[in-house]
Amino acid sequence: MSDTLNLVMFSGTADKLHAAATLAAGAAAMDRPVNVLLQYWALDAFRTERLAESHGLAWDAMTEGTARPVNGTKSIPWLETFRMAKELGQVSILACSGSLDVLGIDVTTLDPIVDASGGIATFLMNAEDGQIVFI
Amino acid sequence: MTTTVAELEAITADKIVDARGTACPGPLLEAKKGMTTVPLGSTIEIWSTDTATKNDISAWSAKVGHDFLGTLQADGYDRVFVIRRK
Repeated sequence: MSDTLNLVMFSGTADKLHAAATLAAGAAAMDRPVNVLLQYWALDAFRTERLAESHGLAWDAMTEGTARPVNGTKSIPWLETFRMAKELGQVSILACSGSLDVLGIDVTTLDPIVDASGGIATFLMNAEDGQIVFI
Repeated sequence: MTTTVAELEAITADKIVDARGTACPGPLLEAKKGMTTVPLGSTIEIWSTDTATKNDISAWSAKVGHDFLGTLQADGYDRVFVIRRK
């Protein structure tokens, strides 16, 4: 089976972005190619003008009694983690062209860490026979 | 290859990567980055306050092909030793 980590990012909340970034960076450090597809709210989170804003937390965090991590921890911020992943390994970040269209986002308004926009077939071709993780 | 505590203590690393205070995957990323700055055969020493780092660095070394030497416990952090082989 292919060694590549294929990661479909859908959610745009800070905790899930952070979890995805950790997985991507870890794989890159382990010399595994990383193939990311950004859809919907994950894609929206990569808009340059949106980056500095709070991205909130998943619904899981809203349950009473749940500890609320993410902010103020020792963790590296999610975008910084993605930047490090790209520095260290072979990481491709593709913006789903369908999601760009649905959300009315121009690919040029995304952070330059995003390599290109592309369709689902492009992502799946790159994924070959490897497993796909969806978050 | 097993390296004893005395042997680890005798090592003078070619580079120290101080990743104390960062959570996973920070120390691993710092180690990977630091490794590219030294020639093959060099020893790097990673300092980490994350208790998972020593096992992570061991797994990373096995995957990438570096020699994991072992870990020393320092005051509040771990000192993890690896020789660059790739």
